[in-house]
Amino acid sequence: MAELSPDVIVIGGGIHGISAALHLAMTGCRVVALEKDHCGRHASGVNAGGVRTLARDPAEVPLSLAALDMWYAIGDLVGDDCGFECHGQIQIAETEADLVMLRSRVDGLRASGYHHEEIIDRRELAELLPAVSDTCVGAAIARRDGAAIPFRTVLAFQRRAKDFGVVFREGEGVARLRRLARDWEVTTSLGERLTAPTIVNCAGVWAGKIAQQVGDQAPVEATAPMMMVTLPIQRVMEPVVIGSSRPLSLKQLANGTVLIGGGQSGTPVPHENRTELDFSKLHRSCVTVSELFPILRGLTVVRAWAGLEARMSDGIPVIGAGSAEGVFHAFGFSAHGFQLGPIVGRIIADLIVRQATDMPIRPFGIQRFAGCNA
Amino acid sequence: MTTSNFDLAVIGGGPAGMAAASVAAERGLRTVLIDEQEYLGGQIYRSITRTPLKKRDILGTDYWRGEDLVRSFRASGATHWPSTTVWSISRELELGLSSGGKARLEKFKHVILATGAVERPTPIEGWTLPGVMGAGAAQILLKTSGMVHDGVVIAGSGPLIWLIAAQYLSAGARIEAILDTTPAGAIWRSLPALPEFLFSSYLGKGLGLLAEVRRKVKIISNVSYLRAEGDGRLQAVVYRRSGREERMSTDLLLLHTGVIPNLNLANATGCSQAWDAVQRCFRPNADSWGATSVEGVSVAGDGAGILGAEAAAYSGRTAALGALFRLERITLKDRDAIASTEQAGLRKVSRGRRFLDLIYQPSPAIPSDPTKACRCEEVTVAQIRNATAMGAVGPNQVKSFLRCGMGPCQGRLCGNTVTQVMAAERGVSPADVGYYRLRSPVKPLTLAELASMPRDESDMKAVYRN
Repeated sequence: MAELSPDVIVIGGGIHGISAALHLAMTGCRVVALEKDHCGRHASGVNAGGVRTLARDPAEVPLSLAALDMWYAIGDLVGDDCGFECHGQIQIAETEADLVMLRSRVDGLRASGYHHEEIIDRRELAELLPAVSDTCVGAAIARRDGAAIPFRTVLAFQRRAKDFGVVFREGEGVARLRRLARDWEVTTSLGERLTAPTIVNCAGVWAGKIAQQVGDQAPVEATAPMMMVTLPIQRVMEPVVIGSSRPLSLKQLANGTVLIGGGQSGTPVPHENRTELDFSKLHRSCVTVSELFPILRGLTVVRAWAGLEARMSDGIPVIGAGSAEGVFHAFGFSAHGFQLGPIVGRIIADLIVRQATDMPIRPFGIQRFAGCNA
Repeated sequence: MTTSNFDLAVIGGGPAGMAAASVAAERGLRTVLIDEQEYLGGQIYRSITRTPLKKRDILGTDYWRGEDLVRSFRASGATHWPSTTVWSISRELELGLSSGGKARLEKFKHVILATGAVERPTPIEGWTLPGVMGAGAAQILLKTSGMVHDGVVIAGSGPLIWLIAAQYLSAGARIEAILDTTPAGAIWRSLPALPEFLFSSYLGKGLGLLAEVRRKVKIISNVSYLRAEGDGRLQAVVYRRSGREERMSTDLLLLHTGVIPNLNLANATGCSQAWDAVQRCFRPNADSWGATSVEGVSVAGDGAGILGAEAAAYSGRTAALGALFRLERITLKDRDAIASTEQAGLRKVSRGRRFLDLIYQPSPAIPSDPTKACRCEEVTVAQIRNATAMGAVGPNQVKSFLRCGMGPCQGRLCGNTVTQVMAAERGVSPADVGYYRLRSPVKPLTLAELASMPRDESDMKAVYRN
């Protein structure tokens, strides 16, 4: 019966839910994780896989840097290298104005004691990225950044969590949440009732609805960041590239295929669990890529897709305790949560087990949305 | 987004597409037939307007039936866009099109998918060797270029084997042998459908073909296993019969185990699909007018379920009538009245089909472990079985595990195999395992093509913001 009354119920089998479950189980908690589809089915499994500290919101920088250290030891944590490669990430300046913007950000980071970003000039950019158009004037670089393989990462986290005794109930979502005297009661979509003193809401696009049932308000917007992948070609770039004034994310995977993303959203249809592509917007990404990397123009696009991703109005996630007892949230990563997966799981486990975290999470409190209409 | 000058887009230039476009255009719909090929005809009537084979009896009378369809199409007033690829269809019926190296988006009021059939992939060990190809592909070479090859071995099961053998013989080519994998018990399974078959037009044609081929070619029946062997290219085919393995030298092996609906475009459009337990393949769900689960998208011809070329023309016309009614160009009464002839014709030509489906029903046996199921990413049957044993429940997870189905063919050559291997491994029906969730672009296109799309106003703002 332990499965029906664990210490913690995690709602949502994405990277954050599984990471929280893993970190909790590592401290000895008994955890059940509910996933209404299969783990990694949405944003966690199909994102661009960026492991990026570059161009982060200032509030996220400490978390992102701590996460990066965890990525460098990801094999120790989950028993698989998750396809993690670190060739740096580069944010290209197409114009002098772009470069001014990048420089002011890097200066600001230095003033706060962060040195993970640097400015490089046109010459060094050409050395690191020979394929880039010579019209680019410079870039910001985070040399320790890289990329991993998303679905493989989710699976590795899940496997390790299972090793530590986490029970995954896939294909089973939350139908109803109810406060009992000391516990939360979760009625699942299959009609089963589970109780636990603590629940963790990592339900992504659906997290707003879960939050509402436990007395919190958070306006979660569903988005559908689109991506494309090409046929493989010989190695033409190692670092991951992102845009400055134009949205773009571009990288060549180890197998030679080129992955193009960058924040263009298709149409999310969360109630049907699907997304629709918008080729008039993907076309913009293609224009940007062909202007910045002329060598890629002839590449064949073989597939495009989009995952369902939760976005908050201020562009940063919700991480921390809810207003009711025994409620914790981690959602709304606004299309840049993958890299934070390892650290967010640790933060949630710390909050639950030690009632404290050494990470500055105040900016991510759900209370900032109090009074908002969810 | 650009609204098309046409109301109706018919996709595919085979019998279903030509017939659908003809009826729609004759009755006043602004109709365009969009086809990837340079010339009308689809696969079955490929090169009908320009085949170099002047001796008409090489390809047989059934082939030349395609000429009538081309004539009607040309007289109907429908427009033809040849060499044009459709790579995406949105729920709003916006088509992603590409021709001459440029892509564009155009919105229609109705779309009829007449994408026809593809050969059922026949995965055996060594089928990726040069010198092994589909019998259908060999037939394309014959129709378009008059090409045949001496000393060929044809292996598998299904009516097309006998047809292509007869065509090869007429063209003067020598056939080394036919390795027939139709199981000995198939005749018993198909007996209930026999009476209908005896009164169908298939019987005369079929018996004639069989008799002629049997007279001239060595037929080895009850073959239960096939393997292609060779160092860098095909040198021999190994087969098993009554428990004994035999070897036959050849440099061309044609494989065939029937055809299945080409459903990639329908699937990527979001049309729901169902498993056909007799034909052992998925087909889009459609009503009697070809209407799919996506409003404004119909299917016709073999792409809706395998019935053959003659039936395809009838179902194309029926789908066109459905579209005309939906777009309020004809009344319900007119639709039903006109359709009754088409439906009667469809019933007539479909008679006997069930017997063929049953006697040539593909074996549910799954290919051997070392066989490459996915050619693009070189994923073996063993890998798919292992992933299933590890807990993958459907093709979409196996895709994420192993990358099978992620190559340029978009699952055309592995989708059916992956579903059936997983079903066998899990001990459930292929219907429960499901199929890949496919994504556009359904056909590969280049970055430059996508980048070349005309820019609209919102586009300019988006690109040059900040």
